Amino acid sequence: MYQVGVIGDRDSVIGFKALGMTVREAESGEKAAELIRQMASDKFAVIYITEPLAEENQTLIQVLRQQPLPAIVPIPSITGSTGLGMRQVKESVRKAVGIDLFDSAESSADE
Amino acid sequence: MARRQINPNRMELLRLKKQLVTARRGHKLLKDKRDELMRQFLDKIKVNQQLRLRVEKLLAAANREMILARAVMQPAVLETALLTGRESLTLGIDSQNIMSVHVPLFDATFESSGMSENLPYGLATVGGELDQAISALMEAFPVMIELAEVEKTAQLLADEIEKTRRRVNSLEYILIPELMENIRSITMKMDENERGNLTRLMKVKDMIVEQAIQEARRRDQAAAAQEPAGV
Repeated sequence: MYQVGVIGDRDSVIGFKALGMTVREAESGEKAAELIRQMASDKFAVIYITEPLAEENQTLIQVLRQQPLPAIVPIPSITGSTGLGMRQVKESVRKAVGIDLFDSAESSADE
Repeated sequence: MARRQINPNRMELLRLKKQLVTARRGHKLLKDKRDELMRQFLDKIKVNQQLRLRVEKLLAAANREMILARAVMQPAVLETALLTGRESLTLGIDSQNIMSVHVPLFDATFESSGMSENLPYGLATVGGELDQAISALMEAFPVMIELAEVEKTAQLLADEIEKTRRRVNSLEYILIPELMENIRSITMKMDENERGNLTRLMKVKDMIVEQAIQEARRRDQAAAAQEPAGV
């Protein structure tokens, strides 16, 4: 059986403890990187990480992105969404299609 | 643009022709794979976008509740309330095969039942605000798991599509033209050799005929010279 991990600053992630997720606090990008590596090699299927920390560890996340597990999902921190999660979705589209489909869909919608 | 030296012989030509057929078939297959992956991907990415919007909204709401809870409660009380054990959450993993891309399927279960209703702390010391925050998170939770699954799937598909597209392009724009170019140059070289051979044969034949004519002439002359002497 696999576990679900949450990485983030204390205020943002403390509530997830009540859901039975494995919560690790990280105040800095380096600490978060260490935790991600630890969790990735352990039996974690999903790792939620707050957007500011995800932002600092883009290269590591990009590497893990190619493996089937774990899924690393950025979530908004307590200070609100930075839009990183959405940008990642768009990045996937750009990778697959070659162009940013959603942007072009909006501009061509009124044609 | 033949980049490497190729031997213009029949064996090489046959080999290249076979390679070209394989390359064409591979190109067609990969193109079909890319199209199907793309179709699957577009389905997923739409869901992904919607789920992400929902999760962000739900978490923002949960965070607001949490801020409220922290404001009215002693930090230490809150800590202990959340620290005391909740049975740990585990995920069942299944995997699905989409066009030979293995994507995970998550199935969340709690080791002991009774996830709903039961809050993981005593109600005596804890205010209602925390209940609100936790229930908001619980509401967000299934969506979050779904998001993780869909987002991972979309990412894996995107990577695979990118790879496949590169392969299709390199076959279409590099390997196949190069093979065709090589085949053409071999055929031309062989035609040229054939023509050279033909003219050489014609030349040789001319020379043989010439020799024969001169031989005949010499014999005639010799005969003509001998005749008057004999008569």
